[in-house]
Amino acid sequence: MAQPITQEQGLPGPPPPPVLSRIFEPFGQRVMGIVNNLGAAMIFLLKALVLIFGRKQPVAIIQQINMIGVKTVNIVALVGFFTGMVMGLQLYYTLVQYGSVGVLGSAVALSIIRELGPVLTAIMITARAGSSMTAEIGIQRNSEQIDALYTMRIDPVGYLISPKVAASIISFPILTALFDLIGILGGWVSGCVIMGVNSGSYFYRVVSSVTLEDVNGGFIKALVFAVIVSTICCYQGYFTHMRTDSYGARSVSLSTTSAVVLSCVSILIADYIVTSFLL
Amino acid sequence: MTQALIEFRDVHKSFGASHILRGTNLKIPKGEITTIIGKSGTGKSVFFKHVIGLLTPDSGDIICDGKPMSAMTRAELWDWRGKFSYMFQNMALFDSMTIFENVALPLEQGTNLPKEEIRKRAHERLRQLDLEGIDHKYPSELSGGMQKRVAMARALVTNPEIILFDEPTTGLDPIRKNAVHSMISEYQSKFGFTVMMISHEIPDVFLITQQLAMLDQGEIIFQGPPENIQNTEDPMIHEFITGLQSPQDELTGMDTVTQGKQHYNQAMEKMKEGQKAFSIVVLTLEGMEEINAELGHVQGQTILKNFSCDVKPYLREGDSCSRHGLNQLMVVLHNAGEDDSRRFCFGLAQKLKAESILNGISEAVQTLNVSAGFAEAPMDAGIDEVLASAESREATFLEFSIK
Repeated sequence: MAQPITQEQGLPGPPPPPVLSRIFEPFGQRVMGIVNNLGAAMIFLLKALVLIFGRKQPVAIIQQINMIGVKTVNIVALVGFFTGMVMGLQLYYTLVQYGSVGVLGSAVALSIIRELGPVLTAIMITARAGSSMTAEIGIQRNSEQIDALYTMRIDPVGYLISPKVAASIISFPILTALFDLIGILGGWVSGCVIMGVNSGSYFYRVVSSVTLEDVNGGFIKALVFAVIVSTICCYQGYFTHMRTDSYGARSVSLSTTSAVVLSCVSILIADYIVTSFLL
Repeated sequence: MTQALIEFRDVHKSFGASHILRGTNLKIPKGEITTIIGKSGTGKSVFFKHVIGLLTPDSGDIICDGKPMSAMTRAELWDWRGKFSYMFQNMALFDSMTIFENVALPLEQGTNLPKEEIRKRAHERLRQLDLEGIDHKYPSELSGGMQKRVAMARALVTNPEIILFDEPTTGLDPIRKNAVHSMISEYQSKFGFTVMMISHEIPDVFLITQQLAMLDQGEIIFQGPPENIQNTEDPMIHEFITGLQSPQDELTGMDTVTQGKQHYNQAMEKMKEGQKAFSIVVLTLEGMEEINAELGHVQGQTILKNFSCDVKPYLREGDSCSRHGLNQLMVVLHNAGEDDSRRFCFGLAQKLKAESILNGISEAVQTLNVSAGFAEAPMDAGIDEVLASAESREATFLEFSIK
């Protein structure tokens, strides 16, 4: 059998790749990987959106609203309340130095409705429902349940993904509104009940300073986050078997971690982009 | 040969550095049971996934009912897949759904049947597979054997044209294993669907399969009826087949089909050496289809098991009894002519008790008949010839009522 010629044997081997290639090739491969993934995720999302309108989808969507929305109400309310309380307290101590505690209601309401409400709600849903979406779909992938759907002529994207995307689009704005409301109440508790700011002044400022544009802006953000979070979480689970760094249960665990991290980072990046368009 | 429904033409498939299918060629006849055998890790499941389009070949083509899969449009592939049901090796049951939801899912999502009809069909399949009363349980609450049967119920519920069974009986006890085989065979002959099955149950599958194919290192190294593979002289195939054979038929406790043939050949050799003639008696449990339909396949196989146990004590030393068909036993009576065989049958008819044969069978209204046929083996006659002669003279000699 012919032996490969090696440099150890004193004979010339294949020429080494140029230095620049060695530096840029891994980088280029990574960029290409990201671009490929983004393209695949976009096609995945479009297919999921189109299949939302199937005849048998309404029941599945309602079930998912229960999973993603209703079961997240408590945690969103809790986080909203304490976020509002912290805001009320922090802003009270800042404003009192300038003798402007009267505008506490405006400050709390606007910061929650414009920024904190949509962002923190999205992050809470990611932690509570997004991670479970990834894990559930990932396990279904690894145990061939998705293949089984395919063999039954049930489109796995339509059956598993579309209801989750639709439920996210419905749940995110509603939970954001809930967060806003409870956050403002939390600000009132810490600012007015505990620190003694006048309640009438607090709520007058809330009503007078918040415009419909602020509320709509928050909802637009919630919708954008809904699409981002549901796509990332479902995509990570659906393609968990394509991971090259792990297999089986480990791949589901890593996909879940990636889904949460990517979702949170994407929420913050998208928040900046949407805010820059809205302002 | 019947018309090929699916044909693999030089199909290659690799996963990274692993070359799994290496030029696989195979024709799957329409309306028959084809069993794929082979060592673990030789690509049998990969082969199956190509049939249904879950995987596509790197090279080569798969001809589906005369049309190459590579030339099919998306809609045609969708329609093609609609003809199939697939029972996965690890069942692939939806673990967050109840058993009923699992079985009903293909009908709920793939058809426009009314809910009541879906409920009826799903329950019917569950009943046939002896799975009544577990509708609201989840797969993880069931044993591996029950999960297999749930997967089978789900595969059968849509009345598909082609069913792929990936090791449908692995992990089942002998009665349920035979019940599954009996069910596959019965439904296949009743509805005429095409069956492709991966199995290691040798020689049990020989009783139901029309065509056997052996996959080794990504290539089909044998294709033909089970009789041919038993007579093969290829040492590797022979070693594989004999290595998997159990020492006796697990259900009946009798000899296996292959051993029955060996006993026949030995008796023939002895006759040639000058010993007395020998005869073959074929005992058949009639009406098993009705019993399976009424009581379920598990009960049907229990009757066969009881019957075999009851026949065994009446065999003389040197006689052998082996499984012949799904519901048949073959007795080789040494030093016995036709008169001896007749006496043997009459003796059985007098001694066998219905209560014993129907032991463990719950209420029903069926009548079970046992028929017997016998024939003396002429010098140099083949086993098939003698069996055919015995079967042609079969007559009912026992009649039991299941009450």
